Amino acid sequence: MSKREIIDSRALNIALNRLCCKLIENHGDFSSSILIGMQPRGVQVLERIVKLLESTYGVEGVRTGVLDITFYRDDFRRRPGHLQPNKTRVDHLVEDQKVVFIDDVLYTGRSIRAAMDAILSFGRPAKMELLTLIDRRFSRDLPIQPDYKGRQVDSIASQRVEVLWEEVDGRDAVLLTDPE
Amino acid sequence: MSELSVNHLLGIKHLKSEDIQLILDTATQFKEVINRPIKKVPTLRDITVANLFFENSTRTRLSFELAEKRLSADVVNFSAASSSVKKGETLVDTVNNILSMKVDMVVMRHPNPGAGEFLAQHVDASIVNAGDGAHEHPTQALLDAFSIREALGTLKGTKVAIVGDIVHSRVALSNVLLLKKMGAEVMVCGPTTLVPKYMHTLGVKVEHNLQTAIEWCDVANMLRVQHERQDLKYFPSLAEYRAQYGLTMEHLDALEKPIVVMHPGPVNRGVEITSEVADSEHSIILDQVQNGVAVRMAVLYLLAEKRKLSKA
Repeated sequence: MSKREIIDSRALNIALNRLCCKLIENHGDFSSSILIGMQPRGVQVLERIVKLLESTYGVEGVRTGVLDITFYRDDFRRRPGHLQPNKTRVDHLVEDQKVVFIDDVLYTGRSIRAAMDAILSFGRPAKMELLTLIDRRFSRDLPIQPDYKGRQVDSIASQRVEVLWEEVDGRDAVLLTDPE
Repeated sequence: MSELSVNHLLGIKHLKSEDIQLILDTATQFKEVINRPIKKVPTLRDITVANLFFENSTRTRLSFELAEKRLSADVVNFSAASSSVKKGETLVDTVNNILSMKVDMVVMRHPNPGAGEFLAQHVDASIVNAGDGAHEHPTQALLDAFSIREALGTLKGTKVAIVGDIVHSRVALSNVLLLKKMGAEVMVCGPTTLVPKYMHTLGVKVEHNLQTAIEWCDVANMLRVQHERQDLKYFPSLAEYRAQYGLTMEHLDALEKPIVVMHPGPVNRGVEITSEVADSEHSIILDQVQNGVAVRMAVLYLLAEKRKLSKA
C-alpha cells in the first residue's frame, strides 16, 4: 500500500480560508445559520472553520452542532462488521434555519443523503447546504453536489483519500492511498 | 469496536464484558435519539419483531414496543391470555407459526426458566429474553447498569446493594451477574427465607440487616416483594417486612454520604420503599424507565446488525 501527499499544509489552509470567505459571502453574520459537522471526520473541519471565522474574519458566536448518521445509513446489515454510532449534538432548533453540513471528503454522497434525513429529526431547515474540504470527482452514487468545495481530487474507487489534521495527526495534509 | 459476540440475548450469563460495554455505549447514543423533537430513526425499517408475552407485563412490554417503534421496526404483539396456547399448542409450534409470517426477531417473556434458550435452538430468529421465570431478565440488568453509570460515572468499584426478595427475582440474578462482570461490588440483603443459600458462591456479600447494607453501599436497588410468586409464607407479615427491610427517609437522612436509590418497578409504595423515598432526589426510578427504552433500542440494533442480508 503506497501513500502520497496530494495537498500540503499551505494549500490546505488556503482552501480553508477560501471556504470561510465564501461562507461569509452567503451567510453574512450567520444569525440564521447553523454549521453542522459530520461525525466523525467532519468535526475537525468544522472546528478549524469556526476558529478561522473568529480569529481571521472576526465572526463570533457561530452556532454549531455535530451529527452522527449511523442510524440513517442505507447499508445497515449489508456490510460486514459493526457500525459504531458516535455522539450527536444539535442543541439549536434547525427549524427555518440555514443548515450547512461540513465534511472532510465527499465521495459517493450516501452519507450526505443520510444526513439530510437525520437533520429532519430536529426540525425543517429553511435551506440545506454542503461544504466539503475534498471533493472526489466523478465518484457519486447519488445526485448530490457540494455548494462549497476546498479542492477537487481525481481518484479511483480502490484508492482512499485521507485528511490529516495537526491537532489529531501531527500535521495538516491530504493523502492518497493506493492499494497494493 | 467489534460487533456483539452473541446472536441472541438470552441472559447476562452469555455476555462478555465487551458486549455489555458495547450495549451501554450504544444506548448512550440512543438516549440522545429519544430526546430529539422527532424520536424515530429508520434503522430497523426492514425488520419485524414479535413480542411474545406468556406472562403479564406492562412496563417491559411497553418499553420494548416503544424501542422497536422508535427504530422503525414492524411490531406484532402476542399475549398468552388470548392465544392458541390455551388450546394446547406447543411453544415451538406457536413461534414457528409466527415466524412463517416472516418475523426476524422475537422478544419473549415466559414463566419457565430457559424458555428463551430452548427457543433459540429451535427457531431461526434472534431471541431477546424479556424475563424467564425467576431466572434472568437481562435488559433490566442492562438498564440498571446504564442508570448507575449515568448517575455515578462508572460501574467499576461501585458498591451495589440489592435488597429484598432475592430468591424469586430474575432481576437480582441478572444484576449480580452483570455487575460482577463489570467490576462492581455486590451485596444482597433480605430475610434469610428470601436469600438463596448458594448466593455467596456468586462472589457477592450476603447481609440480613438493612442498616448495615445501606451504610456499605453507593447504590441501593430495592426489589419488589413478589406476592404472586410466593406460594409459601416467607415472612410473618407485610408490616414486619416493612419494619425490617422498608427503606425510609430516616434511613437516608442518617447516612454520612448520599446513596442512589433504584427500583425495577412496579413499586409497592409503603412496603419496600416509602413514597417519600420513591419521589426523593435520591431516587432514579423514572430515569431507569427512560433508560430502559434506550437500552432496549441498543440491544435490538446490535442483534439486528448480526442478521446480515444475503446478496442473493
